[in-house]
Amino acid sequence: MRAFPTLVRRELGMQFNSLTGYVVIAGVLLLTGFSLVDLVERIRQMPHEAPVTELFYQTAYFWLVVLLVSPVITMRSFAGEKSGGTYEALMTTPVGDWEVVLAKFAGAWLFFVLTWLPVAGVLLVMRQVTGEAALFEPRVVAVTFAGIGLVGSLFMSLGCFASALTRSEIVAAMVSFLFGIGLWMLGYRPDSSGLLPAWAAPVLEHISMTRHMEDFARGLVVGRHVVFYGTATWLFLFLTQRVVESRRWK
Amino acid sequence: MTGLAFGKSRLGRGWQRGRVNGTGMDQGEAIIEVENLTKRYPGRTAVDDISFVIGRGEVVGFLGPNGAGKSTTLRILASFLPATSGTVRVAGHDVFHEPDEVRRRIGYMPENNPLHLDMRVREYLKFRSRLKGLGWRRGRERLDTVLQQCGLTGVSGRIIGQLSKGYRQRVGLADALVHEPDLILLDEPTIGLDPHQIRSVRSLVKDLGKRHTVVLSTHILSEVEMTCSRVLILHKGKILAADRTEDLEQRLSLGGQVVAEVEAPAPALMEVFRDIPGVETLDVQPLDGAFQRVTLTPRNGVDLRPVVFDEARARGWTLRELTRGRRSLEDIFVHLTRGKVREE
Repeated sequence: MRAFPTLVRRELGMQFNSLTGYVVIAGVLLLTGFSLVDLVERIRQMPHEAPVTELFYQTAYFWLVVLLVSPVITMRSFAGEKSGGTYEALMTTPVGDWEVVLAKFAGAWLFFVLTWLPVAGVLLVMRQVTGEAALFEPRVVAVTFAGIGLVGSLFMSLGCFASALTRSEIVAAMVSFLFGIGLWMLGYRPDSSGLLPAWAAPVLEHISMTRHMEDFARGLVVGRHVVFYGTATWLFLFLTQRVVESRRWK
Repeated sequence: MTGLAFGKSRLGRGWQRGRVNGTGMDQGEAIIEVENLTKRYPGRTAVDDISFVIGRGEVVGFLGPNGAGKSTTLRILASFLPATSGTVRVAGHDVFHEPDEVRRRIGYMPENNPLHLDMRVREYLKFRSRLKGLGWRRGRERLDTVLQQCGLTGVSGRIIGQLSKGYRQRVGLADALVHEPDLILLDEPTIGLDPHQIRSVRSLVKDLGKRHTVVLSTHILSEVEMTCSRVLILHKGKILAADRTEDLEQRLSLGGQVVAEVEAPAPALMEVFRDIPGVETLDVQPLDGAFQRVTLTPRNGVDLRPVVFDEARARGWTLRELTRGRRSLEDIFVHLTRGKVREE
């Protein structure tokens, strides 16, 4: 793993050397800005006891941002290098497949987390303005951000996998968007339709990202959720490595 | 025909014992050993059972038209693609089973010289040197050396995407060199450059040949002649010929055919040149004004140029051109393929 830090730095540099990275950050800020306006409005209208973070993640904005932004962050990781030809230059240096896969994932994940940092700042400002320290309990905010990180790891690994499948960034983005939104919708209010067999509801409940995020936003660290994100991330990284390796037995 | 005799029988262990192999190979330690290499893509055979050996210190050109299998062969040598069958060893290491050992020893510039266009020259080369396992200190040392060697010192802070193609090519070469590899593989190093840039890249490659083993691919005949000591001619995935560059010259000279443009009446020309001893065939074509193009083929490869000149001078004829006819690459392919068919 000697080249790992070099590769991660390169992945992050790629985001910041191009317009895409800044567009992503601007997009996240814009959408979270809307959600905060929405949030302030709600705080004004009704009295409440719940932490602000919980209200924040009950708006659709958060998921909109995650679902839209993740494919844009990861689409270039493999597909961009393949279409640009630099993939060949990369894979003929003495670096391992796993090293490349993990570095691409880590670079994308760090960038994903970075795009959310300004939101933490915004929460801090709101705490100052409203003066309601109880609503912005540091532990809750920290757990919420850990939750964002976990959700991010799933979407980033999924995006890397989609990107490894193709040479086209657009296709990579579309595939990871479809996978991502599909996975998310499976767990979106699983019990509301009444069409599902009895056994399906608990399973879908278990993979419901909206439910997970609700817990995180309340400051609850649920082991089951952490395991879910951990295994799902590992699964997609494993699949990515297999795709990268497939070059050698095709 | 030396080249056509190049086949399995002359390869393998025997070569290493220093047997003269008749392919223009100098004796020495082998750095590339390819045996019965085949690469098939779905519905297409890109490389068809080829074998060759390249010794340390050689500068070898893969010459062939597009789709001849040059890039595929280089990609396999660089351990990017696996072979369908056959064995390939670089510096004694199998490219499939020990790819890391191979990659440490090669500097590979892929087709179209892909670079990270958003990076600065120095930054990019530093990045690449790290990937290739160079430490901080040694990396910096090598960086300064290759920047100088490739004439990049003045642009080291520039963004690669803003550089001219010629400079980008030098960045690609610098990357191939940065870890001091034993073997440098260059896929079409001069493609898409203007004549001035081509000249500078060729002289760089020639320079590299003094200290490294270089294998390059090209579809330009003159490039091989200028930069390589030996050439493998590939066509449709097969090696048609393997020659020293000088022998290629011989092959190209069309058996010593001479073309002269002389200002003289055609019948007089016919009469004079027909009587020159050693002339096999003679052809006279009218050109502009009173000039005629005379094409002479000698009987056994003798150089007819001095005789032609003397005859013209003796009669006071104006001679405005006197050259040896040369085959184009296409002619060679036609010639070699025909030879192959006959041999089989």
